[in-house]
Amino acid sequence: MNPFAYARADTVGAAIAAGGRRGAHFIAGGTNILDLMKDDVERPEVLIDINALPLGSIEVRNGALYLGALARMSDVAASTAVQKAFPAIAIALRESASPQLRNMASMSGNVLQRTRCPYFRDVATPCNKRNPGSGCGALGGVNRMQAVLGTSPHCIATHASDVAVALVAMDAILHIEHANGSRDVVLEQFYRPPGETPHIENVLRPGELIVGITVPALGYAASSTYVKARDRAQYEFALASAAVALEVDSGTIRSAHIALGGVATIPWRARDAEQTLTGMRATRASYEHAAEVALSGGRGYGQNDFKIPLAKRVLVRALEGASA
Amino acid sequence: MGVPLAGAGVAQAQGLATKGPRATDVTLRINGVPHSMTVEPRVTLLDAIRDHAGLTGTKKGCDQGTCGACTVMVNGRRINSCLTLAMMHERDRITTIEGIGNAETLHPVQAAFIEHDGFQCGFCTPGQIVSAVAMLAEGHAIDRDTVRTQMSGNICRCGCYPHIVDAVLEAGKSS
Repeated sequence: MNPFAYARADTVGAAIAAGGRRGAHFIAGGTNILDLMKDDVERPEVLIDINALPLGSIEVRNGALYLGALARMSDVAASTAVQKAFPAIAIALRESASPQLRNMASMSGNVLQRTRCPYFRDVATPCNKRNPGSGCGALGGVNRMQAVLGTSPHCIATHASDVAVALVAMDAILHIEHANGSRDVVLEQFYRPPGETPHIENVLRPGELIVGITVPALGYAASSTYVKARDRAQYEFALASAAVALEVDSGTIRSAHIALGGVATIPWRARDAEQTLTGMRATRASYEHAAEVALSGGRGYGQNDFKIPLAKRVLVRALEGASA
Repeated sequence: MGVPLAGAGVAQAQGLATKGPRATDVTLRINGVPHSMTVEPRVTLLDAIRDHAGLTGTKKGCDQGTCGACTVMVNGRRINSCLTLAMMHERDRITTIEGIGNAETLHPVQAAFIEHDGFQCGFCTPGQIVSAVAMLAEGHAIDRDTVRTQMSGNICRCGCYPHIVDAVLEAGKSS
C-alpha cells in the first residue's frame, strides 16, 4: 500500500468536509478499498474513517425498509423484519461473501464496490476502468466471469454485488449528503453503464456521502426471492443471479420486479421482461418467454457465452420461486 | 510498498485530527491486554497483531480476505484482520487465538479439534478455531450443512473439512 494519512470522523458534516478534499477516500468496512490499495489500484492520500458515524440503523416502518449506510451485511441479513418484508434482500446478503466479510462490510460500501475483473485488479495489464484509454484486457482475454449485458467496446467488467441487484429490483433509493445539503437518487439511476467512460461508475460526486438506503413499501415483496448460480456453494461471486418480486392475482401477473446480477456491467433491471410478464399467466411458459426477453440484448465474448442460457434458467427459477 | 509522498502535509483531512502517513502511537487492547505500538496508518490489524504485538498465532495466508487464516474477533464478531487497519480499532476489544484458551485450559473448540483431528499442517487452524468460537456464539443451528455454510470463510488447503465440521458439531453440542 502507498503511504496515506488517516482521520476518524465523528460527525457526518466533518466526514463530508474532509472527504471532499482531493486524494481523500472514505473507509467503512474496508474490505474493498484496502484490498484494492494492496494491489495499487487505489492510492488515496487520506482515508476518512466513517465507522463512528451513527448510521447503523435497520428499520422496517410502514412497510418500507430503512438501512443506515453503515449497517453491516450480516446484521441486515439476520434481521427478521428484513427476512419477512424483503426476503430477496436477506437472501442476497446471506449468499454473499463469507461470515467474516459480512460482519465487516457496510451496505453503502457494498453498493459502491468495484468490479472483481482480474484486469482491473492487475496494474500490469490494460484496463479502461482503472487507467482510461489503456484498453480492455478482458475483451480478448480471460473473460469467463465477464458481463454479457450492458457492455461496451471499452469495458465488459461485471458488477459483483448481490444485494445491489435485489435493491435495484425493489426500487431502492440512496440518501446522499454533501456540503450544501442532501439529495436522493434511485439506485437504478445511480449506476452508469461503461459506455466510453468505464472509469465513471456512478453519479456520486467527490465529497458526497451515502448516509442511508430506503426500500419503499412493496407488499408482494414478502414473497420476493433471490437465486444465485456460482462455481461453488458458498463464498463465491455470481455467474448469474436474479432478484424477483411478483404480484399475482388469480393466476395472472399484475406486476413484476426483476433484476439480474453476475451478467451485467451494472445491477441490471430487466424492465422489458417486467412489462412482458404484466398481464400474462403465472406459468413456466411465461417465465421462459420473459427470460428470453431479459437476455435478448445479451452478447457473449467467448468464454462467457454460457452466461446467457444460464441467466435465463436462473431467472426462470427465481420467477417460479417468487410465485410459489 | 509504495512511493513516499511528495511534501509533508499533502494529506491533511480538513477539520479532523489526522494521523500519518508517518508512524504514530497506537494502543490496541488484545485479549484484555493493552499493546502500545508505533505504526503507520497502512499497517493492517493483522500485521499489528503479528509484528507489533508479537502474537503470531493469527496467520497471514492470502492477505486479501479470501482464506480466513487471519480471523480474529473484534467486539465479539469474527472478521478478517487483513482487511482492516490497526488504527481503526483503538476503541475495540480484540480477541486472537491466544485469547481463546491455553495449553493448560483448552477451549472446548480447541479440545474438539484435537479429539477429531481437525487439522493437518495447522496453518489455517487458529483462524478456523476463532471462527468456530464466534460462529457458535452467533446462535446458528448446529447441523452439518449449517456448520459447513457458516465456516465457509475459512479455507483449509489440507482438506480437513470433514474433521473440522465434526469438531465444530461436537463443540456446538457441548456449548
